[in-house]
Amino acid sequence: MKKEEKSIDKASQELLKIAEKEGIDTAWDRYEAMLPQCGFGELGLCCRNCILGPCRIDPFEEGPQKGVCGATAEIIAARNLIRMIAAGAAAHSDHGRDVAHTLLLAAQGKTKGYGIKDEEKLLSLANELGIKTDGRDKKEIAKEVAEKVFSEFGQQHGELQFSRRAPEKRQALWRKLGIMPRGIDREIVEVMHRTTMGVDNDCENLITHGMRTALGDGWGGSMIATELSDVLFGTPRPIRAKVNLGVLKEDEVNIVVHGHEPTLSDVIVAASQDKELIELAKKNGAKGINLAGICCTANEILMRHGIPIAGNFLQQELAITTGAVDLMLVDVQCIMPALSSVAKCFHTKLVSTSPKAKFPQAEHVEFKEEEALPIAKKIVRMAVENFKNRVKEKVNIPKEKMDLVAGFTAESVFKFLGGKYRATYRPLNDAIISGRLRGAAGIVGCNNPKIKHDWGHVEMAKELIKNDVLVVVTGCSAIADAKAGLLKPESALKYAGKGLQEICETVGVPPVLHVGSCVDNSRILITLSNVVAEGGLGDDISELPVAGAAPEWMSEKAVSIAFYFVASGVFTVLGSPFPILGSKEVTDLLTKRLEGTVGANFAFESDPIKAAHLMIDHINKKREALKLKPMMYEKVAAV
Amino acid sequence: MKGMIFVDIEKCLACKTCELQCAVVHSKSKDLYQAIDEYPLPQRRVKVEAIDELTIPLQCRQCEDAPCVKICPTRAIEKSEVEQPVLIKKQLCIGCKWCILVCPFGVIGMDREGKAVIKCDLCFERLKDDKLPACVEACPTKALQFKTSEEVAAKKRKEYLVKFTKGKETI
Repeated sequence: MKKEEKSIDKASQELLKIAEKEGIDTAWDRYEAMLPQCGFGELGLCCRNCILGPCRIDPFEEGPQKGVCGATAEIIAARNLIRMIAAGAAAHSDHGRDVAHTLLLAAQGKTKGYGIKDEEKLLSLANELGIKTDGRDKKEIAKEVAEKVFSEFGQQHGELQFSRRAPEKRQALWRKLGIMPRGIDREIVEVMHRTTMGVDNDCENLITHGMRTALGDGWGGSMIATELSDVLFGTPRPIRAKVNLGVLKEDEVNIVVHGHEPTLSDVIVAASQDKELIELAKKNGAKGINLAGICCTANEILMRHGIPIAGNFLQQELAITTGAVDLMLVDVQCIMPALSSVAKCFHTKLVSTSPKAKFPQAEHVEFKEEEALPIAKKIVRMAVENFKNRVKEKVNIPKEKMDLVAGFTAESVFKFLGGKYRATYRPLNDAIISGRLRGAAGIVGCNNPKIKHDWGHVEMAKELIKNDVLVVVTGCSAIADAKAGLLKPESALKYAGKGLQEICETVGVPPVLHVGSCVDNSRILITLSNVVAEGGLGDDISELPVAGAAPEWMSEKAVSIAFYFVASGVFTVLGSPFPILGSKEVTDLLTKRLEGTVGANFAFESDPIKAAHLMIDHINKKREALKLKPMMYEKVAAV
Repeated sequence: MKGMIFVDIEKCLACKTCELQCAVVHSKSKDLYQAIDEYPLPQRRVKVEAIDELTIPLQCRQCEDAPCVKICPTRAIEKSEVEQPVLIKKQLCIGCKWCILVCPFGVIGMDREGKAVIKCDLCFERLKDDKLPACVEACPTKALQFKTSEEVAAKKRKEYLVKFTKGKETI
């Protein structure tokens, strides 16, 4: 693979060249070495759930068509897929649990590192959760909110509080189909039970429970993570910042935070601004302390503090390859085990912080919320002290960096569309109804060397905005678009269709809106519910002219996200198929038949332009069903 | 490229990746995701067999003095030159199965439609493009390798000498 085929990002291409010269292995090299990847795995036809096996089904029908227990391709593929959902939902929800834990500690006064930054949101959450607020101390309220939220993880029956945010019609459908989640952890445990040897053997029944589990993520774990993070760290507001490896500085101590949870990264922001440590940095010959991020923990501190982003998932090894990172600290999720060996080629200190995620060759400084600030300062000090070990000859910081605007939320952006004085979703709905906007799309998810880095995200976003589809982005998708300049308000003039351009110009927003980290996909769910509630676009999310996509997905978390969107009624296109194609019945169920039950299907398409057109076609179909006006600036083709 | 398929039986884990990729390379689309929906379904020419603790991927040895070539009544099977694959001309095959009977290794079979015999063709089209046979390229443990007979012999000589100098073998 040539470097141009690996990534469209110039900074990454430059560092890939250096990695090759220095003999540093990257994910692309390891991917090439792995080819062809196991076909049984790709098709979802391998079962390792008990040791009657391992068993695999021959997709060409010459070899076994059933496992030792008698499991068919259908059973095996469906079981494997919902185990992926369970893992993804577990990751997001455990993240939510950690944030709830931090809120509880803050409310109890057991940690100095955190406080309640958004009191308004705390009070509105308390009201929603049925917690009294009148005349009560905010810490008391926060404690009760945290405890109430905690109970939803282990809840055994009933419904999740936030699922009531969905349109009533949707809630009724979930109840009818038996997929209303009862508790967050319960559904995940039940996946493991159903998929163990000899339990659930009906692929449709398995997938149905998969949807219930995923809903417990989207409307449970992830939404809790988002909402409580807003309470603790502040609800984001539009903010300017910079992105790409060019944000690293030659003359400053560079600290890169990588991972997912804001509890750590947020306090590192404070520590990196500590006067004493900045003084120490100067004594060590640096001009200051520069903080940058990778993956979703970066998105969390970008959204709230405007901290620059060094890169997305596939740039984690490349960040170290700049030779300019004095310390990379990681917490959980999407952290390649390969980082230890890349760090060994440079002076970079790799520091693991979570008791859940250790790296044998990294230094472990365990993070405890109770002592957040002293631990954060300790880590920053390690970085400052490592600055002197930087080898000048090995420093290669690409010049690429791009301006961006981030910090949009369900509360802020869409109300902006109505202007400061009439903060409602009405103008957004009206823009869609009148045909100025075709609809909206969410592009989310990871990077994957199977798809040219950033190309899937950027090309899809461009094609959608060209066709007057407002795009919202999260996670590594948001970072890809940011690097390509799509998160600048000016990009509307360059790339957006006329209708979308008018809106962006009037409101002063970019055509691609960054709404946060991957747990913040819950912001998209809330937004969709708000649009339905505003009226004029049907009674359910599945009636809206909207679509979702994950063009470069790789993680199990993306499987859970994709499923909670589809189960909420959003047509979703994936750049790589789920590992289920070995089962015709499961493939048929997911791509054709789910629409009949939950109102939305999946589609698999690796070409981002073709995928964008699947989304546009779907949006047009929904516009037609709602009998909306024709697109304002679209000429009807002469017959 | 010239050579033969060499099997390092100690490395085979019986994953059957060779079987799968063999079927894909003999499909119309040459793409796994599409191949599983083709009609007729593509077929493998290699089969992982097990005996005792050993698993061995078996495929046509491309014999120099091949019994199948000799016995074929319609001259549908031919071998052009030394270290080149034994190939079947599908149009000439009448499906008499004589070749199946005389093959010492049992690596010739009938196609799904029952019209002609099929066997490993050493991916001769890939070899023309300097690509390895699909099974060799796909083998995750490198149990399958592509070597000339001279390379195989050289490797064997070396192994023998190592054992010999350590006193484990005698002349």
